[in-house]
Amino acid sequence: MPEFQRFSYDVLVIGAGGAGLRAAIEASAHGARVGVVCKSVLGKAHTVMAEGGIAAALSNVDDRDSWRVHFSDTMRGGQYLNNWRMAELHAKEAPECVRELEAWGALFDRTPDGRILQRNFGGHRYPRLAHVGDRTGLEMIRTLQDHGIHTGMEVHMECTVLRLLLDEGRIAGACGFDRAKGRFYLWEAKAVVLATGGTGRVYKVTSNSGENTGDGLALAYSAGAELLDMEFVQFHPTGMVWPISVRGILVTEGVRGEGGVLRNSEGRRFMFDDIPDLYKEQTADNEEEGWRYTQGDKSARRPPELLTRDHVARCIRREVKAGRGSPHGGVYLDIAWIKKRLPKAEEHIKRKLPSMYHQFKQLADLDITKEPMEVGPTTHYMMGGVRVDGDSQMSTVPGLFAAGEAAAGLHGANRLGGNSLSDLLVFGRRAGRYAADFASSHAAAKIDEGELQAAAAASLAVFDRGPAGENPYQVQYDLQEAMQDLVGIVRMENEMQHALDELGKLRQRAERAGVAGNREYNNGWQTAIDAGNLLLVAEAITRAALLRQESRGAQFREDFPAKDAEWGKYNIIISRGADGGMRVEKRAITPLPSELKAVIEEMK
Amino acid sequence: MGTEATFRIWRGDPAGGVLQDYTTQVEEGMVVLDAVHHIQAQQAPDLAVRWNCKAGKCGSCSAEINGVPRLMCMTRLSNLNLNAPVIIEPMHTFPSIRDLVTDVSWNFRAKKTIKPFKPRPADAPDGTWRIQQADVERVQEFRKCIECFLCQDVCHVLREHRKHDEFIGPRLLVYTAALEMHPLDTEDRISDLRHVHNAGYCNITTCCRQVCPESITITENAIIPLKERVVDRYFDPMKRLFHIL
Ligand SMILES: Cc1cc2nc3c(=O)[nH]c(=O)nc-3n(C[C@H](O)[C@H](O)[C@H](O)COP(=O)(O)OP(=O)(O)OC[C@H]3O[C@@H](n4cnc5c(N)ncnc54)[C@H](O)[C@@H]3O)c2cc1C
Ligand code: SF4
Ligand code: SF4
Ligand code: FES
Repeated sequence: MPEFQRFSYDVLVIGAGGAGLRAAIEASAHGARVGVVCKSVLGKAHTVMAEGGIAAALSNVDDRDSWRVHFSDTMRGGQYLNNWRMAELHAKEAPECVRELEAWGALFDRTPDGRILQRNFGGHRYPRLAHVGDRTGLEMIRTLQDHGIHTGMEVHMECTVLRLLLDEGRIAGACGFDRAKGRFYLWEAKAVVLATGGTGRVYKVTSNSGENTGDGLALAYSAGAELLDMEFVQFHPTGMVWPISVRGILVTEGVRGEGGVLRNSEGRRFMFDDIPDLYKEQTADNEEEGWRYTQGDKSARRPPELLTRDHVARCIRREVKAGRGSPHGGVYLDIAWIKKRLPKAEEHIKRKLPSMYHQFKQLADLDITKEPMEVGPTTHYMMGGVRVDGDSQMSTVPGLFAAGEAAAGLHGANRLGGNSLSDLLVFGRRAGRYAADFASSHAAAKIDEGELQAAAAASLAVFDRGPAGENPYQVQYDLQEAMQDLVGIVRMENEMQHALDELGKLRQRAERAGVAGNREYNNGWQTAIDAGNLLLVAEAITRAALLRQESRGAQFREDFPAKDAEWGKYNIIISRGADGGMRVEKRAITPLPSELKAVIEEMK
Repeated sequence: MGTEATFRIWRGDPAGGVLQDYTTQVEEGMVVLDAVHHIQAQQAPDLAVRWNCKAGKCGSCSAEINGVPRLMCMTRLSNLNLNAPVIIEPMHTFPSIRDLVTDVSWNFRAKKTIKPFKPRPADAPDGTWRIQQADVERVQEFRKCIECFLCQDVCHVLREHRKHDEFIGPRLLVYTAALEMHPLDTEDRISDLRHVHNAGYCNITTCCRQVCPESITITENAIIPLKERVVDRYFDPMKRLFHIL
């Protein structure tokens, strides 16, 4: 029987991205003893990759902005499936959270009068994103990390959580192992915050880090929590497409915010050809006006390149399918053209988009100040996740909280760029506070030793099968390939049925997976564990996408291409059924209270 | 393209190890980390490698490639000579965990010994601060650091002289510089720099600056100004007089 190293906390935070660190800081501030567990090294979580900025209605650049506008923008982007309470709290609390970061040392770009500068982003009516060049995520994670290490939290880095432990339905802690040595750990806790991030690795072409395998969703589901909005996967319109080995790496929306334009192989700005009615009022109908908008002209409307991500991604796909794509299956994104408008455009581009300049130079031998980039859609963000209470972030399992990309609700059917980093801060903070409260009002739970041993044994079975078993890396590739082909940007009933069959076969293969070597830093072992989580998430995405017979936000059904007002009244909930199978159900959305309805009307 | 190349990868653990050859298919545009992943998936499933973003942003995949400290995910095969085996080794300055993975936890412990950010009270009417872009930019260079620890790996004070207990190394000097030059910071780290973190051990060889994947001018912009502050405080006779008074 494997030995367990034992630790005991009031609050255990799983994940050290923006959401996890913010939750840990807050829980500590409320007097809780806090442990943090993360799969990667501290400061290397996926949050580090965020580029464009943090959305918050600070109104530094345009004083017409306010929480009411931000709230309405978020609801419109989410096609009104959002948890409106979360959208309200998010819009109200984001500015304070950004200022808090500044007080902890973050250094944002400035306005001429020395305040935090804000930039334009798709779906946001006014310039709203506080940013640091195009490395805002790094600034956020480093600020939280450097502040957090002095607040008393204990960090267990490079540890993988395998299972959440329950005591009569209430959370009791978690168990897992450290990747370096493969030793098993038990973290007892009165409350647990899941901040495990997204699920981008379910797909082959993705902008997400290797660790984004949806663990938190699988952990919560297995513990009996409900998942919400799993059909809504955001495909970002602009990822790199060439060279093949870097396919998927993100090209920030900031490029379009700074005046970059999309063209097809015929040189046409195709985004002008298809502007959805919902956005006609706010979108420029000529190139001149679009350009003025990107240069800060408040009377101009935004160019169609800055429409919501789902729409831009589908337009790009359409151009490529129609044979008007670039040589490697994308379209052109051109920022170099601005030299016709701006003196010293080259320096301007390098200063505003340093990481992009660097990325293309180094990985594709391309100078973006001189040539257009080739871009195409890439899997980017999971709107779905653990269903939580809007105020406290507690899931349907008592004592189990979730925040950040692992939680669902704020973004509805589609997330606006910049609304994730603010989500991490606002709801990381709330989850930390409510988890600390929960811990202080509950006694320690009991650990089921049998459960603990079962979790360890299950994870070790791959070693018994050894190298003769299925290759876990291959299982993962095949899963990503299947999801990319069958449950991607454009979805069809028959393809998704086929995907379910494939997932069934893949599950059998995953159950036969074998791993060579020992437990010390064994990537094969980790991959086998990830595969189980990915399979669960993939199934949830597919089942939810099948049930929603309409197109809305990030979900586009070729067999149901229209939006259906009836479906606008429901979310889809996934949970584990009594028979152990996956349960999928429609659940009616609580209607908006009249004050919030009035805010939306006013902003229309 | 579709040719083959050989990678000579260090396999081992704290007890020791050997360089082992793996031959795999390579294609246009591939980076070293792609090749390592191919080898892992097809030939050596338990090959230990640390990575996360695969985009040069997280600083996880540091290694020594043909003897040069670099990020595996940002080193293109087209910039290496593939007619000879490409040698991939873990960083030498840190203890081995397994294969290409090293124990970098010392950096985190050392960072904790540096006094944290301490802002002056907010002084703008809205309860925040006004900061000019020019003042922000000077420090933003240091804040680009992705904590890949490649500079720590190459610094002879750590690598050869093993002064981990006395010297915080270039990464953490950059961190200290970011704090010291932060427009809002009021903390004083000069005494620690001289007595605890021993900035004086650095003899400006610039090796660290040359390997930094973020092109941070570590020596000229961070270390030398810090050294000057130490000198001003402790060795300038006039200032010393004032300090004692
Ligand atoms: C390239 C890119 C650019 C982006 N740019 C922006 C932007 O400009 N603005 C914006 O708002 N959003 C942006 N996003 C989205 C945003 O970055 C993410 O949604 C956000 O960072 C997620 O943060 P998180 O704290 O929820 O999780 P993450 O940062 O993903 O952290 C997850 C943590 O959980 C840990 N973990 C996971 N599983 C386990 C397990 N089993 N055991 C232990 N630990 C575990 C991980 O190790 C990690 O520490 C971008 C995303 C990408 C891909
Ligand atoms: S310049 Fe100083 S810190 Fe940098 S490598 Fe040389 S001795 Fe080390
Ligand atoms: S200063 Fe440069 S080399 Fe050193 S850790 Fe930071 S990014 Fe890496
Ligand atoms: S994997 Fe993140 S820097 Fe290489």
